[in-house]
Amino acid sequence: MTDTPIDKIARATPAGMARRIRGFSDRTIAWIFVAPTIFLLLAVNIFPLIWTIRLSFTDFRVNRPNREVEWVGLRNYERILTDPDIWATMQATAHFLIWTIVLQVLIGFALAYLINKNFRGNDLWTTIIVFPMMLSPAVVGNFWTFLYQPQIGLFNYVIAFFTGVDPASFSMIGDVNLAPWAIVIADTWMWTPFVMLICLAGLRSIPDSIYEAAECDRASKWRQFWTITVPMVLPFLMLAVLFRGIENFKMFDLVVQLTGGGPGNTTTLTSIDLKREAFEKWRTGYSSAYAVILFVTVFGLASIYVKALNKVKQR
Amino acid sequence: MSGFINGLLRLRRGPWEMVASVLIALGVLMLMQPFAIGLYSWSFLVTLTGTVLFVIVSHFPE
Repeated sequence: MTDTPIDKIARATPAGMARRIRGFSDRTIAWIFVAPTIFLLLAVNIFPLIWTIRLSFTDFRVNRPNREVEWVGLRNYERILTDPDIWATMQATAHFLIWTIVLQVLIGFALAYLINKNFRGNDLWTTIIVFPMMLSPAVVGNFWTFLYQPQIGLFNYVIAFFTGVDPASFSMIGDVNLAPWAIVIADTWMWTPFVMLICLAGLRSIPDSIYEAAECDRASKWRQFWTITVPMVLPFLMLAVLFRGIENFKMFDLVVQLTGGGPGNTTTLTSIDLKREAFEKWRTGYSSAYAVILFVTVFGLASIYVKALNKVKQR
Repeated sequence: MSGFINGLLRLRRGPWEMVASVLIALGVLMLMQPFAIGLYSWSFLVTLTGTVLFVIVSHFPE
């Protein structure tokens, strides 16, 4: 009979240690397994969070570690919450967040619905559609910078082809009104496949027997869509919205590559502004307060969202 | 409505979670709206109250 790796380990364990382990209760053994994870969570998540909250009440600057740190109370929060520039940043983030999620959900669901139909080349089309998601956001940012070039950009030529305007007459990333839409389009192009894949998983989880029963009851395709397809895909769709919402709230790399936050501050999202405060102006205490405000917002939104998701799943 | 108020008085999770969710949603709307900076200034306090309340009331009985 051949030895399994567990047999070998058991034989190699010194007799004294083996006796001690055999004496452990199930609860103790469970704690031994869970302890490293709890320790890592405390070290990597909880400790930095508590430290950030503490720093948010000080005027600490990480580039001046020897300077005496002054306790400023709520002054950092007060300054952030009365600053019109940060208010504008919040609005830019809201614009980006709302439009990317709306477009990605609509287009992603429509693509999943089409891909779910049986047709020739189905797998090939799925691979082609998923391709943008596999690229690095920095690469996508650079790639779209070229597409948006007024002189040579393909995007401008496509718009010109359909509308008849001069392609050199507008600049997607140089115009204060168009730049917020430029980042929405690039992010939608990149992340719609992700929403599509999640919706596709939802669509493929619906048993055919439900549609067959609906056919027997002479339900129209339209009614089948609204009473079977949409309710059964909804939990998957909500999950996709949660993932994309959290991801886009902290969107950084794509937008930095594409517009650098400009023109002016029109595409400066909160994460870009936070990075500037923390690592360009080195206002660590102030940026900690900024981070705490963003954290509470995302945590609160995620809490109500998870509650809604559980309700939908229970239905 | 009376069921909702009864739930609040008897410290039941459902109605209290609803109150907390409304506060969070209101706070986020206040944070990102483009109309009044006064609302923006108070948004964090509203969101924080809602979030802390949500964490507390999620331990209430159903």
